[in-house]
Amino acid sequence: MITVQSAPESLTILIAEDSAADRMLLSSIVRRQGHQVLTAANGAEAVDVFRQQRPQLVLMDAMMPVMDGFAAAAQIKALAGETLVPIIFLTSLSENQALARCLEVGGDDFLAKPYNQVILAAKIKAMDRLRRLQATVVQQRDQIARHHEYLLNEQRVAKAVFDKVAHSGCLNAPNIRYLQSPYALFNGDLLLAAFTPAGDMHVLLGDFTGHGLPAAVGAMPLAEVFYGMTAKGYGLAETLREMNAKLKRILPVDMFCCATMLCLSFQNRSLEVWNGGMPDGYLHSIASGERTPLTARHLPLGVLSPQTFDDRTEVFPMALGDRVFLLSDGVIDTCDADEQLFGVQRLQQVFAANRQPDTLFEDIEQALRDFRGEARDDVSMVEVSLLEPAHANPPVPVYSDSGQSCPLDWSASFEFRAATLKRFNPLPYLLHLLQEVHGLRAQSGALYSVLAELYSNALEHGVLGLDSSLKRDVAGFTRYYQQRNARLDELKEGYVRVHLQVTPEGEGGCLAIGVEDSGKGFDVGQVLERPVDPGRLSGRGVNLVRQLGRNASWSDDGRSARVEFYWKALA
Amino acid sequence: MSVVTQLSPDGKKLTISVKGRFDFAKHQEFRKSYERPGTEVPPSSIVVDLKEATYLDSSALGMLLLLRDHAGGDDSDIRVVNSSSDVKKILAISNFDKLFDIS
Repeated sequence: MITVQSAPESLTILIAEDSAADRMLLSSIVRRQGHQVLTAANGAEAVDVFRQQRPQLVLMDAMMPVMDGFAAAAQIKALAGETLVPIIFLTSLSENQALARCLEVGGDDFLAKPYNQVILAAKIKAMDRLRRLQATVVQQRDQIARHHEYLLNEQRVAKAVFDKVAHSGCLNAPNIRYLQSPYALFNGDLLLAAFTPAGDMHVLLGDFTGHGLPAAVGAMPLAEVFYGMTAKGYGLAETLREMNAKLKRILPVDMFCCATMLCLSFQNRSLEVWNGGMPDGYLHSIASGERTPLTARHLPLGVLSPQTFDDRTEVFPMALGDRVFLLSDGVIDTCDADEQLFGVQRLQQVFAANRQPDTLFEDIEQALRDFRGEARDDVSMVEVSLLEPAHANPPVPVYSDSGQSCPLDWSASFEFRAATLKRFNPLPYLLHLLQEVHGLRAQSGALYSVLAELYSNALEHGVLGLDSSLKRDVAGFTRYYQQRNARLDELKEGYVRVHLQVTPEGEGGCLAIGVEDSGKGFDVGQVLERPVDPGRLSGRGVNLVRQLGRNASWSDDGRSARVEFYWKALA
Repeated sequence: MSVVTQLSPDGKKLTISVKGRFDFAKHQEFRKSYERPGTEVPPSSIVVDLKEATYLDSSALGMLLLLRDHAGGDDSDIRVVNSSSDVKKILAISNFDKLFDIS
């Protein structure tokens, strides 16, 4: 960086003066003051000398033959461009009009003849200061412009990289609608969605503290954990714990990420929610028109240590067509001209006035425009609806290994005891193990759903002794999950055992899954006789297992379940 | 001055008052207010007075976390007082009442 210096420095000064005597006199004065001198006898010469030698300052006689000082000054200024080349007019003119003209044509000052050496030296010095100031300003302006361009380019690259990461999920699924400004990432907003192996959908809307690149950097590790753990079959609690621990480890103290994470289960028709620091989301029941707020119960991600992090979620029943709506604080924090916030009440008025659920985003945007006059660029909204499982279209996983080392004849048994059941989800490990068997991969969705169902039945109805008939209505549904959390917290003993047996059969093979628990069992006959009613909130698990697997059976008074999966020769 | 500090006569209690919008623009001032309270021994309790704070954004929440960290993290004694209803709402959404004594 260049600083404005006051120390006098030798300048190259052009003297344009038609009188030879005056020219010599002035030249010697200027030389004595320590400067290099160039001379010209008229305006045209002065312009030529300037073009060739670029002096830093010009002393210009106003009245000269061929081209006068006024015309020469204008040309020199044009040649100098952004560089300030001060021009001091030398003049015997005394009328105000003529003096003013000197400045109008681009002159910076004037000096009356006869010359006063002291004044001349002072003026040269003052003009030099001005010249340097201008040079510094231009240089810094160019530097800022350059930096700005670098920054924009970096943002473009970062956005391109990030878009690849953020959009590897399933934001384009038919049941998701979202609205995000193209540069929302640089406002700290983040939207992720992906299918679990069982065909459930995980969605995360996050909002990092701050703006710009600092807000965007935390998004990468968060997205990685989200996609990685969702694909492996981890639930909300484990994924959130991991995201929190990772952000806590890498972010500075004053940075964190407000986030709402959802798990929509199309099979169970339920919504699991964790909200840390985001505005209320809403579960919109289409049948009743009611909107249940999904309120922040937790601190944002990245604030608490892994030991104190609270991963408790809430579970709500959903009906086909019901919608979950999430939004960033850009919506309710939009200010009008008087610094009034848009607020939750105005949002709820938009809800109340909304007739067409599909135009909700547009209605909200319109309300924000009416309120503020212009829309903010950091507004994010997402709406996810519950479809029939068959319409949700989870993608088929892609595997890259050759299959040469595929295990085809083995069995394994696991026993998960109380302390493990409290915090550990064994399903991702079991699924990972089973996916080594190539023949099972085509059915991995069904396999995972069945495993998940058998495991949660064994845990919830068996070990924890929860009554599934509680889930008959909406209030009971909530109570069921409260009891589940409470009993799990207090759990001292009990187990869930999982037996896996893979046997080859001709070119294909068979997997037998057995799940046992330490609970009281249930009346198998009665449950199996019940007619299948897809509208019921309870009892879907047993039917699901029977539909997706083969030869499902229960023994030991319901404490032991068994189901099989078959595959044929691989193509 | 939009961030004013006051130390109790015994030097044990530091009161930090924030006026106007509490956002990133106050970063330096707010930081200085507790990093140089003017005593050798750090004050044992800190009060953040938001009576004249009109608005609080997420970077202000970050600043409160920095203050908490500086004052000893889980062992810190920080009270946030006189928040307006708007400010209280923001603190409630973030669940900051789990970290700070808010009144």
